[in-house]
Amino acid sequence: MALLEISNLTVQFGGLRALSGFDFELDEGQLHGLIGPNGAGKTTAFNVATGVYQPTMGDVRLAGESVVGARPFEINRLGIARTFQNTRLFSGLTVLENVLVGFNQSVTHGFWGTILRTPHHQREDRMHEHEAMRLLERFGLANRSEELAQNLPYGDQRRLEIARALATRPRILLLDEPAAGMNPQEKIALMDLIRFIRDEFSIGIWLIEHDMKLVMAICERITVLDHGETIAVGTAAEVQADPKVIEAYLGEPVG
Amino acid sequence: MDYLTQQLINGLSIGATYALIALGYTMVYGVLRLINFAHGEVYMMGAVVAYWIAIGIAPWGWPVWGALAVIFGGAMGACAVLGFAIEFFAYRPLRNKPRLVVLITAIGVSLLLQNLAQTRYVFGPTPEAFPAVIEAKTVVRWTMGGPDNVVTVSNLDLLSLGLSLGLMGVLAWVVLRTRQGLALRAVSYRFDTSSLMGINTNRTISFTFMLGSALAAVAGVVDAIRYDVRPLMGLMPGLKAFVAAVLGGIGSIPGAFVGGLVIGLIETLVKGYLSSAYSDAVAFVVLIVILLVRPSGILGRYEAEKL
Repeated sequence: MALLEISNLTVQFGGLRALSGFDFELDEGQLHGLIGPNGAGKTTAFNVATGVYQPTMGDVRLAGESVVGARPFEINRLGIARTFQNTRLFSGLTVLENVLVGFNQSVTHGFWGTILRTPHHQREDRMHEHEAMRLLERFGLANRSEELAQNLPYGDQRRLEIARALATRPRILLLDEPAAGMNPQEKIALMDLIRFIRDEFSIGIWLIEHDMKLVMAICERITVLDHGETIAVGTAAEVQADPKVIEAYLGEPVG
Repeated sequence: MDYLTQQLINGLSIGATYALIALGYTMVYGVLRLINFAHGEVYMMGAVVAYWIAIGIAPWGWPVWGALAVIFGGAMGACAVLGFAIEFFAYRPLRNKPRLVVLITAIGVSLLLQNLAQTRYVFGPTPEAFPAVIEAKTVVRWTMGGPDNVVTVSNLDLLSLGLSLGLMGVLAWVVLRTRQGLALRAVSYRFDTSSLMGINTNRTISFTFMLGSALAAVAGVVDAIRYDVRPLMGLMPGLKAFVAAVLGGIGSIPGAFVGGLVIGLIETLVKGYLSSAYSDAVAFVVLIVILLVRPSGILGRYEAEKL
């Protein structure tokens, strides 16, 4: 049984079938890519896995338990976190606060604990702040922790978004086009970062990305979608050689 | 000078209650982008609950501070529950409907509460004086120059200002320093994303309504003691506090506080130097001017409309 199992997932918006019969498996420590032309249903798959959309048919199971019907915050607390195609940071909060929001879910004290400032509460707060700073250090953002997220350079914003997702202590991390808008140097740094995250946090990473070099370089397995249908699954070499993938998406073999 | 000073003191005293109400408008707008037009009625219900508590505890002859603590605490608790209920039953089922639908519902809830309060089971149609829990008396008296030039500050002025300043401090602490406050701010920046980051948005919204309603209750009790209790007393202060929230920048918590004090000051100055006939109208003149000149308000954040 894989950690994340998606079976026969179908999502229909009125007459449009955004995803049909989608199957997917992801385990701890794996890096799995999801590619395909625009409108192929990649982000739809993410949205179902995180509870934003309800599937028309099929099931999403995390560690054997179905998460279909659970609300997004519940699914996050069960262990699926994500980033977004266009960064969606809390722009007016500081870098540190953005990450602290991620820790929000693991708080065990309630409102009265906050008001009464019990020792337990204070210990927990200090611990989270410490962990948040450690996370920021690993992402090279510690020296900017008091800046507003909206004032960070673009590359830093993207990395902060990944840090914020990790702060929710996921078992599965979904990255939606993390390299979009990055320059070549930033992309190389990002590749290292993604590998580092997988090993350091021992989580499964599911990656949507248009940059083929990046996807081919870091993903052990790749799923290719076109018009909501899975047209190929396999290693980088296998999908690159697949005629259906070449026709639908790649156009020509990539170097 | 003395006349102006007196007007400024009165203005701050009145403005403080507007500020307390405006905080609720602005916080709810912050998380839901909704103008909760029933908020003035929560203020009124605060006064009503305080009235019943005051009547109930009157025979026991409690000391003033004990009585005030029970009255304020009871009204705040009851209004927190009311705010929770309004959101839960009236607004939550419409969460994904167009904003106009919720806005009209808010007006409906406002009318419902106004009319409920006019029934004898809740309060009744006639104004009632607040039981004499605390007597209004002058606690500060400055004589400036001669016997005719006197500036006075009453204990009710101090109560009003002290409570609103103190509660503003508490609110600032809750919003800026606690985890619930962080969740509230996160939701106000990005509603859907905060849910994906593990924040229970429904709980955060309930919390926001309860907090705002408890603050409105305090304003209601202050005004009930200062003036009287009436089922329609929420109308004007509710609208003026809404103007105050817009003036300060809707969505901005410090803005609502500043806006409330400014509206109170403007209103009192107009009353003192022009005519009391204009004192209600001037708030709406301010609204029109601010919408024309600076729609984002004094401290509001500029929000680009997404296309």
